[in-house]
Amino acid sequence: MLRIRNLEAGYDKLKVLKGISLHVNPGEIITIIGANGAGKSTLLKTISSIVRPSSGEIHLKGKAVKGSSPDAIVKSGCALVPEGRQLFPTLTIRENLLLGAYTLYRKREGKKADEYLENIYSMFPVLKERKHQLAGTLSGGEQQMVAIGRALMSGPDLLLMDEPSMGLAPIIVKNIFSIVSGLRNSGKTILIVEQNAKAVLDIADRGYVMETGSLVMEGSAEELLNNNDVKRAYLGRDYKEFTDQIL
Amino acid sequence: MIFSRENETMLREDLEQLQVERLQMTLNQIYRNVSFYRNLYNEKGIEISDIKSLDDLTRLPFTTKEDLRKSYPYEAFAVPLRDIVRIHSTSGTSGTPIVVGYTKNDLNIWTSLVGRVLSAAGITGHDFVQIAFNYSQSTGGLGFHYGAEKIGASVIPSSGEKVLKQIQIMKDYRTSALVSTPGYALHIASVLEEHGMDPQELNLSTGLFGSEPWSEKLRSEIETRLKIRAFDNYGLSEIMGPGIAFECEKRNGLHINEDHFIAEVINPDTLEILPEGEAGELVFTTITKQGFPLIRYRTGDVSSVISGECECGRTTRRIRRISGRTDDMMIVDGNNLFPSQIEALLFEIEGVEPHFQIILKREEGLDNVELRVEVTGSFFAFDEIRKVQDFQKKIREELINTLGLHAKITLIEPKSLGRTNGEKVKRVIDLRTL
Repeated sequence: MLRIRNLEAGYDKLKVLKGISLHVNPGEIITIIGANGAGKSTLLKTISSIVRPSSGEIHLKGKAVKGSSPDAIVKSGCALVPEGRQLFPTLTIRENLLLGAYTLYRKREGKKADEYLENIYSMFPVLKERKHQLAGTLSGGEQQMVAIGRALMSGPDLLLMDEPSMGLAPIIVKNIFSIVSGLRNSGKTILIVEQNAKAVLDIADRGYVMETGSLVMEGSAEELLNNNDVKRAYLGRDYKEFTDQIL
Repeated sequence: MIFSRENETMLREDLEQLQVERLQMTLNQIYRNVSFYRNLYNEKGIEISDIKSLDDLTRLPFTTKEDLRKSYPYEAFAVPLRDIVRIHSTSGTSGTPIVVGYTKNDLNIWTSLVGRVLSAAGITGHDFVQIAFNYSQSTGGLGFHYGAEKIGASVIPSSGEKVLKQIQIMKDYRTSALVSTPGYALHIASVLEEHGMDPQELNLSTGLFGSEPWSEKLRSEIETRLKIRAFDNYGLSEIMGPGIAFECEKRNGLHINEDHFIAEVINPDTLEILPEGEAGELVFTTITKQGFPLIRYRTGDVSSVISGECECGRTTRRIRRISGRTDDMMIVDGNNLFPSQIEALLFEIEGVEPHFQIILKREEGLDNVELRVEVTGSFFAFDEIRKVQDFQKKIREELINTLGLHAKITLIEPKSLGRTNGEKVKRVIDLRTL
């Protein structure tokens, strides 16, 4: 589905991604975990063509897409759920969702938008109930649903999700991740970057660990959950706890 | 049977992507965590971010046994020691062993890679697998043990039991698969014949043999005499142990577990990469090991790499049977031995540079070692048999205690070992035929 080789990107002279290679197979939930500032969001933005890479290759469904415009990336089946939802607070839920379908209208496939909208409403009944409510008035969890729904409105095969758990209560996080799981079961491929390693590894198939712009580890979710480095750095198991266990 | 279809029959393109990813991650790890590699790359001005493809691997220097010996015991580990859950070791060139550490994850991977080896030979959960490798510091015993458990077989860890006991176990417990060195399998066959036992009385149908070079000739001999099908497999402790490459049912080369190891073949003298199919020294890079990752490790084993699809469906490249060594390492009953180790030992005892010769023979499948040692001029003058015997005994015991080697010691007069025109004594005379 997605294959990245030696990707480098950054902002002006600051190199954030230092040669990233990774792949996502169709139907997988892949996560990239890492601390703040590791370059996770930059990676998703680079795949989405919001940030231009300085070198490397990106293949989406077998097609080289590096240098395409952001809307071309959406058209080729890859949509981003951005960090912090980025909704339009003064537009209604329905309007926010329909904005996600702009590439469909351009492709004169506007009819599909109605179908997708219905799917999203059945997935998130609460959004249907409140479709005329302004997005800014929603809770964090509901806003996240709108953000996911908006990305789904372009009918993507690959969904990129940037910190979907951010700022949400643990129970809501659980809810959001079970929705993500459901999306995979309905045939979507998902790439999630997350700081909440525990929650995301519970639903992911595989994961990569990113540190200061480089990937340092890859493995099945189970392998990563059991890895001491990952436990120490990302699962909130503190150093002392480990030394205590040994003593 | 293919143990891990998803990994063993990957499209070459997908496999290459995986190898590049894993290689880059391994390099990121070792550069951060292993001072040996960090210093080496800094010294040579190597930027690990320049390694963008498998071809770029050639920009990296080799790792040798000597490098690892210098890192004794734990210097080359890439994780904190508390993450290491198992330690094996293997003989170095001059007495200092090479210590290999495994994390939990390393053991899990190792176990499933050995599972691939066994499945490829048709071993299933219905088999009784007798493991006649010494369970010790070397990796053969425990490596196969956990792999066989993983596929659900009943494991019989007969380890270093005496051969008659091995045969009794084999008979009474209805062993269906034997894991050992090929030499030991032959030894079992000889003892069976000696005792007038028909191998047909046994339940044995499969043999997995490795740890020492062998040949097609030896394979057919073992197969005829034990009435089994015999499979070759390859591994070495520095890299992981068994599970690096193995034969499938087509027995046309040994499939490399390429999703975990990258294989290269080099000319051991010029260090140039050799084209596919040409024989040279095997070089391996580990791409998933956490505890003890190795970049371009020179194995000293001679083979060549074959690519192209195998009828079994696996897409991995294969190596041919190991045909020998590039160095003077001997493999005695599956254990590695260097003449330099014997030299160091004799030096300890005699206090002067020893002159010696090792003669290797194979009798009934077992290796027979004779060590001929020249004694100093004054030695025989004493003419005390007792003193000579004590000296012999001392060498004998030291060999057993430090190297685990049982050898016949022959003391000979000074300058009696054949030297040609002031050259050094030929240290090893290997009379074994494969």
